[in-house]
Amino acid sequence: FPGLLSSPGEGALLGLCASLKPGRAASSPDTGTGHGGSHGNKNPGNGTTYSKKPFPVLSFDYEHVRLPFEISLWVLLASLMKLGFHLIPRVSSIVPESCLLIVVGLLVGGLIKMVGEDPPVLESKIFFFYLLPPIILDAGYFMPIRQFTENLGTILMFAVVGTLWNSFFVGGLLYGVCQLEGHKLAYVDLLSCLLFGSIISAVDPVAVLAVFEEIHINELLHILVFGESLLNDAVTVVLYHLFEEYSSVGSITFMDVFLGIVCFLVVSLGGIVVGAIYGILAAFTSRFTSHTRVIEPLFVFVYSYMAYLSAEVFHLSGIMALIACGAVMRPYVEANISHKSHTTIKYFLKMWSSVSDTLIFIFLGVSTVAGPHQWNWTFVVATVIFCLVARVLGVVGLTFVINKFRIVKLTSKDQFIIAYGGLRGAIAFSLVYLLNPKHFPMRNMFLTAIITVIFFTVFVQGMTIRPLVDLLAVKKKQETKRSINEEIHTQFLDHLLTGIEDICGHYGHHHWKDKLNRFNKKYVKKCLIAGERSKEPQLIAFYHKMEMKQAIELVESGGGAKLPSALPSTVSMQNIQPKKPSQDRALPQLSKAREEEIRKILRTNLQRTRQRLRSYNRHTLIADPYEDGWNEMLLKRKKMKELEKKMNNYLTVPAPPPDSPTITRARLASDPQAWGLKSVTESIPTIKVDLASPQSPESVNVVDEFSKKGSQPKEEEGGLTMKVPSPAKQRKDKTPDEEPQQRLMRCLSDPGPAAEEEDEDEPFLP
Amino acid sequence: MITIVMGSFQSLPDDHQYRTLSQKTGFSLEQIAILHNRFKQLSQNEETLRRDDLKTIQDLESNPIRSQIIEAFFDSRNFQKDVVGSVEEIGFEEFLTVMSYFRAPPQHITEEQREEIRRAKLRFLFNMHDTDNDGTITLEEYRHVVEELLSRSGALGRETAKGIADAAMLEVASISVGPMAPDEFYEGITFEHFLKVCQFVRLYAEAT
Repeated sequence: FPGLLSSPGEGALLGLCASLKPGRAASSPDTGTGHGGSHGNKNPGNGTTYSKKPFPVLSFDYEHVRLPFEISLWVLLASLMKLGFHLIPRVSSIVPESCLLIVVGLLVGGLIKMVGEDPPVLESKIFFFYLLPPIILDAGYFMPIRQFTENLGTILMFAVVGTLWNSFFVGGLLYGVCQLEGHKLAYVDLLSCLLFGSIISAVDPVAVLAVFEEIHINELLHILVFGESLLNDAVTVVLYHLFEEYSSVGSITFMDVFLGIVCFLVVSLGGIVVGAIYGILAAFTSRFTSHTRVIEPLFVFVYSYMAYLSAEVFHLSGIMALIACGAVMRPYVEANISHKSHTTIKYFLKMWSSVSDTLIFIFLGVSTVAGPHQWNWTFVVATVIFCLVARVLGVVGLTFVINKFRIVKLTSKDQFIIAYGGLRGAIAFSLVYLLNPKHFPMRNMFLTAIITVIFFTVFVQGMTIRPLVDLLAVKKKQETKRSINEEIHTQFLDHLLTGIEDICGHYGHHHWKDKLNRFNKKYVKKCLIAGERSKEPQLIAFYHKMEMKQAIELVESGGGAKLPSALPSTVSMQNIQPKKPSQDRALPQLSKAREEEIRKILRTNLQRTRQRLRSYNRHTLIADPYEDGWNEMLLKRKKMKELEKKMNNYLTVPAPPPDSPTITRARLASDPQAWGLKSVTESIPTIKVDLASPQSPESVNVVDEFSKKGSQPKEEEGGLTMKVPSPAKQRKDKTPDEEPQQRLMRCLSDPGPAAEEEDEDEPFLP
Repeated sequence: MITIVMGSFQSLPDDHQYRTLSQKTGFSLEQIAILHNRFKQLSQNEETLRRDDLKTIQDLESNPIRSQIIEAFFDSRNFQKDVVGSVEEIGFEEFLTVMSYFRAPPQHITEEQREEIRRAKLRFLFNMHDTDNDGTITLEEYRHVVEELLSRSGALGRETAKGIADAAMLEVASISVGPMAPDEFYEGITFEHFLKVCQFVRLYAEAT
């Protein structure tokens, strides 16, 4: 009814009602019991004539929002479950999260069934298109490339040969069992068994990640099992399609096997190539995003998802495409994007993969309740046993061969963990679900068997792996952060080994790695990284990142009593700065009186500087809640003491070579007296934050001023002669003053590659 | 580390000499033959090798720590124990000794032997950094190392090199020595500290 539209709001409401009406009319009029009473029951069921009735102020229409509502409800349920598990401390340390989630799924499925509705099943399309990609992207983007490539041979062996062995072993033996069994299972033919074998033998990345993340084993084992679970996707895809295609035909010829091998190469390499192309595109796009930082994360996500979908178009391995995309784009994108975008990407990926992971396990539980089952004791038990046996035999056999080529051998403990960590998960389930029941009448039996195996691996192996790891005293992950020393020495070693290879005349893998790196530096980085960052060597980039992290930690921890662990508060630059032996001193000994005079001069100068610093602090920075509580006297005294200490060094020790920013920061930070007063110190970091950013032209100039005088010891000492104390000292005065200003500015704005970054704290709305 | 590719080789001329070398350095006879060929190639068939001969290797040009690698071959500490200083030219035996530091450890050795081999390798690395032979890596030497690594980046590298070296030194000091009073002085990284810091030096790589 074209009503009297007195206001747009009313019009909207009317419009809504109007659109609802046909909906209600379409559904049967006597749904009074279904969705509650509403004005609809007045509707005669005839869409054209409307009887006049009271204006519907409030109406209830669930169908309208059903789908998004249910999805959100599930996601909310999953997240609340995750929250709940971590609030109950004891349970989460014994039982891995995946188990708990499956149990929850079972309960929810049971509930739904009791109500009488059909519990939703984990549809393969939803799984493969929406739930799996975030997890894989998260894994691929944060993959430790160095360890992965170092162990690539081993990983490939396990992934390809291991999976093949598993499939054929399980499939073949199951066929034998079926034939032996006779009456109930005789209809299961060889190809179906092989298909089943190939589906079930693939180690599942989701399950592996879920369990391994909680047990913190050493990086080598983690990367081996995890890498295997990712790379076996190609094998699974090929075998699955091969057996599915030909199972209807009933036989496989040699030609088909050959084509299968070719297909495998195409699938895996093709997937990688597709991923790499999208990765390079993403990297290239990120080069131009310096003015639209807000949508940077979006590019990363969308390009990766497109890589996945594009690979799926050609039936290539989507997982490998996703991994390749993430791994290729990461170094370039990270050099281009802002720090905030980096954090955003990290957190979004973690969030999505966490939600996906939770949903997958819950749905596994629900599907177990829902799915059509056909239980057959022989088949199921045989499957479980054969899977275990195949895995153990496969790992042992392969390790025997692999150890001949490895420098660091895999011990039997390692082998046990690798074998035990071969968990199956939702991918296998979804693949079986995709099977057409017409071609595969035994599909339900397969489904039941797979669910049993999944439950067995996740529950039994998942729960017991943690105590076993402790029992066997397997090496755990080193908690140390990657240190600057490590970086220096790793690079040094790389160059050293490359050099030795060159001297030998031997083109080993260091040689090729070095060539690749140089190619990367010379051509690729120039294309894909914006601006100055393209020339930045890796060591410097690493150092800057580290400094940034330390500075942020310093600010976040209130700059107070607790210093970031990376910054050794116990050793300061004074300790490592070589003290020049006194006989080299050309400058005359300062008498005590003279020293006192100099100190007084400095003090008066410094007081002025301090005032300037404080006023800068108040107006330019975000209001500090503790500012009002400052005791100004305390502050003055503290700063005096600390700067006096600094001046002491300058006076009694001839000026050291120009201080690097690390030195200044180390001095300030490690000064024990500076952190004496807790309550006041929280506000201090605003001055003390010394971001070392030698990249910027300003700070380099400041340092350069010294370096002009600084290189030879004689000259430096000349600068400290009695004739010229003030300029030298004043210049030193300026450093604590100037640098904080520059660095504070940098603290505020987003540190991107361009020095003149605009402040990103402005609201996003134009 | 690297392995030597087995290639074809002619009949071994000095079989007995090779055998003693093999015992001393642990290389197999074939590997020694290959390396001897390379040695002869580099030294232009003379008995001894000089620095200039190594400088002619083209692939080495782009290596930032080229000079240090070449120095390592002529550093007496790497051939004989308790001798310091560098020599002008080396014979095949010294060449082989230096090369043996990069050999993959043999398969069946005890844990002790493995540790010993690891120490020897790290000692070699240490000697490369400790250029003045005083047994410690001082701040200056460490700075020099970082500068060399960044030597391809021009002025930008030099300034940051100081900062990086300082930060690294601070780290080593705090790991090895722990809390220090303000007037204590940390001389430099001794070999023991170096071992501690280099614990991470993973030899996880596979042989190619």
